[in-house]
Parts: sequence; C-alpha cells; structure tokens
Amino acid sequence: MIVGLENWTLARPELFLAAATALLLIYGVVRGEIATPFVSAATSVALLVTAALLFLPYREGTAFSSLFIVDRLTATMKALVLVGSALAILMSRAYFEQARAWRFEYPLVVALATLGMMLMISANDLMALYVGLELQSLALYVIAAFQRDSVRSTEAGIKYFVLGSVASCMLLFGSSLIYGFCGGTAFVQISGALADGRATEIGVIIGLVFVVAGLAFKVSAVPFHMWTPDVYEGAPTPVTALFAVAPKIAAMSLLVSVLMGPFKPLFAQWQQIIVVASVFSMALGAFAALRQQNIKRLMAYSSIGNVGYVLLGVASGSEKGIQAVVFYLAIYMVMTLGVFATILMMKRRNIMVEQVSDLAGLARSQPMMALGMLIFMFSLAGIPPLAGFWGKLYIFMAAVEAKLFVPAVLGVLASVVASYYYLRIVKVMYFDEPPGEAIDRPAFGVNRAVALVAAFLIAVFSLAPQPLSLIAEAAAKGLFP
Amino acid sequence: MTIGLGHYLAVAAVLFTMGILGIFLNRKNVIVILMCVELMLLAVNINLVAFSVFQGNVVGQIFAMLVLTVAAAEAAIGLAILVVYFRNRGTIAVEDINAMKG
Repeated sequence: MIVGLENWTLARPELFLAAATALLLIYGVVRGEIATPFVSAATSVALLVTAALLFLPYREGTAFSSLFIVDRLTATMKALVLVGSALAILMSRAYFEQARAWRFEYPLVVALATLGMMLMISANDLMALYVGLELQSLALYVIAAFQRDSVRSTEAGIKYFVLGSVASCMLLFGSSLIYGFCGGTAFVQISGALADGRATEIGVIIGLVFVVAGLAFKVSAVPFHMWTPDVYEGAPTPVTALFAVAPKIAAMSLLVSVLMGPFKPLFAQWQQIIVVASVFSMALGAFAALRQQNIKRLMAYSSIGNVGYVLLGVASGSEKGIQAVVFYLAIYMVMTLGVFATILMMKRRNIMVEQVSDLAGLARSQPMMALGMLIFMFSLAGIPPLAGFWGKLYIFMAAVEAKLFVPAVLGVLASVVASYYYLRIVKVMYFDEPPGEAIDRPAFGVNRAVALVAAFLIAVFSLAPQPLSLIAEAAAKGLFP
Repeated sequence: MTIGLGHYLAVAAVLFTMGILGIFLNRKNVIVILMCVELMLLAVNINLVAFSVFQGNVVGQIFAMLVLTVAAAEAAIGLAILVVYFRNRGTIAVEDINAMKG
C-alpha cells in the first residue's frame, strides 16, 4: 500500500507538533540552560498553533491504513488538551524558577506527553491506542518526578510509575485477548467480529474488563483511583495542574471512543461496569474530600468526583450523553485551570503554601483573588446558574433519558455532599480570622491572567451556555454520523 | 499430547497473575516491582504471539514488537526515577515510600 499524501494531511497537527518539539529539543541542548525562557514560550506557541491547525482547514477521515482517525469529537478533544497543556506550561514558570528547577526539558516533555495524548485520542486500532497511551504515560511519569531534589516529587513519580505500568499491562493483556478472539486489532474489525456473534465469547468479555480497568486507571475512576491523591499532592503544583486537565480529558476521550466504537455491540456489558465505577467515584470524591486539609489533595478527590459525573454521561451511551461529556469536560478544564492558577498564587513571605487554612481572611487581604476562588468553588459545587451547574444538569438529563434513575439520584446526592467542602473553602476565605500574616499580594503574571480569564469564561458560560453546548453537540455527532 | 493454543494462554495467564501478585505482595524492594512489570509484559507477548501463530495473521507479532520496544523505554524511565528517589531518600524499600499517606 502506498502511503499517500492524504495520510500526512490528516495527521498534519501531530506532525507539526513532533517536528517543533524535536527542533526545540535540539535548540535547547545546543544553547543549554539559557535557552529555557525561549523554549518554554515557543513550546506553548507551538501547542496553540497545533490547535489552530486542527481546524484550519478541518478535514476528517482515517489515515495510515485506518490506524488513525480524525472526526469532530477527536478534533474538539485535541483542542481542549492542547490549550490545557499550553496554559499549564505558561503557568509553571514562576513556580519552577523559585524551586530552581526551571529547565528547558520541562516544556518539551509536556509537549511529548501532549503528542501522545493526541495520538491516543485519534487511535483507531489497539496498537495505535497502546503506543499513544504509553508515549503519554512515560512522559507524565518523568514530569511527576521533575523536581528531582524533592522527596515528595520523586515519590509521586515512583507511585505513578508503578501503578501506571500495572494499568498499562492490564490494558495490554485485555487487548491481546480481544485480538485473539476477534481476529484483529483494528476497531472496525473488532466491532465487525462482535456484531457477528463473537460478543458472547468469554474471552472477549474478559478482554473488555481488562481494557476498561486499564482505562479507568488512566481517568482515575474508583476502584483504580489510589494513585491520584498521592500523585496530585506530591507532584510540583504546575504539574498537578497539568495532570488534572490534559491527561484526564485525553483518557476520557479515549474511553468514549473505545466504548462507543468497537465495543458498541457489548453496550449491555460495559454499561454496568461504567455505572458502578461512576457511582463509586462520585461517592468517594464527595466523602473522602471532606477531611482534607491540603488543597492539592482536596482537588485530587474533587477530580475523582468529577470523573464520576463524566462517566455517568458515558454510561448513558446516547448522543445526548456524549454531548454532555464534552460540555462537562470543557467546563471542568476552565474551572480546574482557574483553581490551580489561584493555588499557584498562594504564597506567604514568598513561600508557596497549600493548606486550606492558609486561605483564611483572604477576602480582606486580597478581595479579587478571593472573589475568583469563590466563583470557581461555587461553579465546582454546581450552584446555579454557574457553569458547573449546567454541566451537571446536562449529565443528569442524559442519564435520566437513558433510564439510569438510581445512579442519577445518587449523583445528585453526592454533589450535595461535595458542595460542603467547596463551600468550606469559601467560608474559610470570607469568615475565618487570618492566622497572622496574610497571603502575599499576587504578582502580575500568567497565573493572574489565567485566573481572570477562567473566571470571565465561567461567567460567560453561566449566562450563555448555548454556544459551548452547540460545539459539544457537533462533537458528539462525530460518533453518531 | 499436542500443545494447543489453550496451553500457551494458560502459561501467559499464570505468568501475568504471578506478576500482579508479585507487585502487591512484595514489601521489600522496588526493583522487584520493575521485574514483575516486565514479567506481565512478557506474558502479554506470549499471548500475542500464540494468537498470531494459531490464527495465521501477523498482526500479533507486530504488536509484540511494539510491546518489547515500549517495555525497554519503560524500564529505562522506571530505573531513572528510582535513582533520583534513592538520591533523596537513601533507600528504595517499598515500606519506606511513605512521605505521603495512602
């Protein structure tokens, strides 16, 4: 088969990002440490240009012997991931400079991880899925341990690496069984074989369970969430911001395209698994976060809870459900980036602090910062009419339409419990006495801009959720032609 | 007795289970965990190659090549993180990896 030009035009964004990363790596190695500011800025620009290339012009189809697929859903998810990664790189500068770990490798490893995420979002074959997922995971293990003189950062790296490798192995074992029982690794072959009556074979079901377990680990759904709190707490804060956004969106997109693509004929089987994972994630995210004092750890449990809501949308298995998933992920990304930009501004006497109690009295000393955090917390808690409320509303509506009444009710109850710890942060900021010294006035910079834009976007989405909802609808159409 | 596909799958399943048990029961050394991960990946390779031979298509063997390549990269990164951790803590015993609760 001739590798035609069509392949290269469809994969143009990925090729551009790979080439840009390689060139910047050479430049960084030649120039040494003084190249860091340029490489960092250039990598962020390259990520944003890649996002623009996705849509200018937009093309869809499959490439490389249908290993690679581009449709509305994959393009939208890639755009979210790219913007999330670009902002995470920009937000990291002040933190790493202070920790004396501001090195040019960091933005490049993030770019490689993003490339892996793009490949796994676009995977249309179990082999492409595995290679993309590993490119992402291996790069992420490295950046979790990036602050290499810190015990907590390297410990986060080890924990993430060990548990991540086990998850990859489970996914791979499942893939091998599915390959064996369906006679191929291409998603089209798998769905064809399943529709032909292979769906009842026990090997296929076991393979499905292993694959879903591996992917559930990557999105940190219960019962595969154990790594999340430790890694989020231990990793450097800008890395945690990245972890909470980009890999989560990418893995969720992969989960959607695997379950709704090749495994569509096994809907009845995987729906039960996803519903159980979803309900337990929502419950754990709500209850385990109640007694957390460290705000990064609290955000880890919050992200587990949010994954539960997204999984409920996936479990509904309808076009409405997928639309709700895309909508929720977009809003989740804005809220999370805003919260982490605020966390990165939490300094006392120029030292980073990360306890919830450190926020006491913030409303008096830094009213704008407190107001931003208030908007993010209310939105995460799902208080109407903020953007987070619309996200949850779409998810629950999709779940009810799919007759998932009990999980939807449990989800609403879990979100009531979860609002306690979001509102507790607001209470600490507005009503508690400051312990002594107030938080430093945040410096002008990227983090302040990100927090401001995120708060503004939440306000826009709260008043006018329709445009975003239309984008999500168009993306969901990619799976339901 | 002829050796059929089922025998290969059984060996792979046993090796895979040993790998998982090794990771969760081992309390001594992180290097043993790395070895267990390799064991699991090789179990998957046995699966892939056995399926490939018995079905007469070559996809499984290509997949096994990719897995081998990724396994090498994974071992390199795992050992690198381990070295960095050892420099900070001076130990790589599993029970000492506890700076954060959980």
